[in-house]
Amino acid sequence: MSTPLLEIQDLHAEIDGKEILKGISLTINKGQVHALMGPNGSGKSTLSNALLGHPKYKITQGKILFNGQDITDWKTDARARAGIFLGFQYPIAVSGVSVANFVRTAMKSCAGANFQAKEFRKEFKAAMSALGVEESFATRYVNDGFSGGEKKRLEILQMTMLKPTLAILDETDSGLDIDALKTVSEGINRLRGPELGILLITHYQRLLNYILPDVVHVFVDGKIVRSGGKELALELEAKGYAPYEKTAVTA
Amino acid sequence: MSDDKALNIGQNYEQQYGFHDPEKFVFKSQKGLTRKTVEEISGMKNEPEWMLKYRLRALEIYEKKPMPVWADMSLLGQIKFDDIYYYLKPTGGEGNTNKWEDVPADIKNTFDKLGIPEAERKFLAGVTAQYESEVVYHSIHADLEKQGVIFLGMDDGLKKYPELVKKYFGTIIPAADNKFSALNSAVWSGGSFIYVPKGVKVAIPLQAYFRINAKNMGQFERTLIIADEGSSVHYIEGCTAPTYSSDSLHSAVVELVALPHAHIRYTTIQNWSKNVYNLVTKRAAAHENAIVEWLDGNLGSKLTMKYPAVYLVGRKARGEVVSVAFSGAGQHQDAGAKMVHLAPETSSTILSKSISKDGGRSTYRGLVKVYPDAENVKCSVRCDALLMDEISRSDTYPTMEIDAKKVQIGHEATVSKVGEEQLFYLMSRGLKEQEATTMVVNGFFEAFAKELPLEYAVELNRLVQLEMEGSVG
Repeated sequence: MSTPLLEIQDLHAEIDGKEILKGISLTINKGQVHALMGPNGSGKSTLSNALLGHPKYKITQGKILFNGQDITDWKTDARARAGIFLGFQYPIAVSGVSVANFVRTAMKSCAGANFQAKEFRKEFKAAMSALGVEESFATRYVNDGFSGGEKKRLEILQMTMLKPTLAILDETDSGLDIDALKTVSEGINRLRGPELGILLITHYQRLLNYILPDVVHVFVDGKIVRSGGKELALELEAKGYAPYEKTAVTA
Repeated sequence: MSDDKALNIGQNYEQQYGFHDPEKFVFKSQKGLTRKTVEEISGMKNEPEWMLKYRLRALEIYEKKPMPVWADMSLLGQIKFDDIYYYLKPTGGEGNTNKWEDVPADIKNTFDKLGIPEAERKFLAGVTAQYESEVVYHSIHADLEKQGVIFLGMDDGLKKYPELVKKYFGTIIPAADNKFSALNSAVWSGGSFIYVPKGVKVAIPLQAYFRINAKNMGQFERTLIIADEGSSVHYIEGCTAPTYSSDSLHSAVVELVALPHAHIRYTTIQNWSKNVYNLVTKRAAAHENAIVEWLDGNLGSKLTMKYPAVYLVGRKARGEVVSVAFSGAGQHQDAGAKMVHLAPETSSTILSKSISKDGGRSTYRGLVKVYPDAENVKCSVRCDALLMDEISRSDTYPTMEIDAKKVQIGHEATVSKVGEEQLFYLMSRGLKEQEATTMVVNGFFEAFAKELPLEYAVELNRLVQLEMEGSVG
């Protein structure tokens, strides 16, 4: 069996001394799409931040292996350069930095000597047009005054350009109307392939109508309480998280 | 601004500017300030009687005036006025020369290190170089001299053009304006005197460079620029000092007179070492249709208090201040601008940008005043501050006193923080922490450049970069 792309082993993490992740184990293989579904406040964003090494979150126990390498103590930028991408739930504005400049700088950082300056323009234009954004998008300042839909498009645009091998997409569907949701989902689907692993973090099932997951995990109170196939998402849609929350409390 | 420069300000200060030469002087006043000090200074300069009287009157005012209560007294209150040498005439300061080879070797060497002669050859129309209290070198392009442009050290100006100096000296900034203008008026020495005749356009900048070398030094240069009707001139000043553990004091007075249709641009790149108190009064009078622009870059010093002003005294006069400040550890840049509209149809713009890091503090302090008869005035003020960390600080004190009708005033102020979330976002795209910080800072300036007329942006970039590379002041 080949090495898993991502292997999370009994991960515990806390913020300001409060434990949020209470022992998570999860394995994602290349080519797989996993959906992690949970109610608000269950710690989903903590998991995505911890996977990228956000300094606010302290890992107290467990390990994160990426392509077999222990990256638990790696800095955020090193994880990104190794091929991990995080699509933010709330992308941050960077005033005065144009989208094009930002994406180019990020690509240079991630690709290093392999960055093809000549190819960049063409590829960038194509990626923008596929996501239905106008060319003027390139000269706007990163997330500065962007609508919710524009912010999420920019996240997927970056993912398209950076070509990660693991994409963690945190609530990419939040704040999107149905048309934007379709465009963004199509963008993600285009990137699916045998080399890419995706962890979709979401509250609602609706995103999974567009991006079909291989595995669905139910995430409640800092733990994965159940895993199954895509039918699990539909079951959640029908019954909600309540039965699991009870389990979590009694357990 | 390119690459990491904005972040590295002051990092190589020791090597680039913080060195000092042995003190060689023909006269050094006693520590502290007395009537005798003032008389000695005036006597050594062979000044006319009116100037001595002016100085002594200013000394009385200085002694009576209290310290400004609104200032950052935690720093200002530390100045040991009695430990300062108020006048130091270096060897070579007996009569300045227009040949670098005649400047004493130590001093020439210092200016060489600072890149002044090189800058002069490359892109300046004239230079004065002041060392301690005296101008040791001055030059001006021959063709400008032929057109009647005067560019001298202030002391020479007073000797050679006493009437012109007497007519304007102290008229824009009276000794009694504030405590430090009074101090300067009492003990001033050096500085530049410029007169540009009617209709003459000085296309290439003139520059002054101010260097403090001695410990506990007080430098009090005095500059007066008169641009006659329809003329234009661009003046640049730079300054540095050695790093000492004890403090030095720099307190200048700069008066500009822009007669009708004249245009003065005054650029400052202040890069004093972190033991220098920089307490400067700068003010211009802009007559009908005249334009005065202050470009004020504050990188160095311990405490700077400086609010370049334009008094718009003639119809349709225009004033602009562009202020950029960097505050690092132990520094407080208390900078800003004043626009005083005394005539109708006058307009002004104030743009201020500050970056504070490592516990540094930046203050924007500004005044916009419109007098009752000044109708149809336009003014816009914008100040943005960027805080690089939690321990740095930024304050904004914009004062508006509008006593006229039909006035358009705009004011905008922002404070942004380079936060953990912003760095995390950029680093999650593969940027190293330093690269991420640089990107935020560059972005801060990019937005600034977009709001500026192109020539300003280019100018400022060029100067800040040259300053940091040590090629020009």
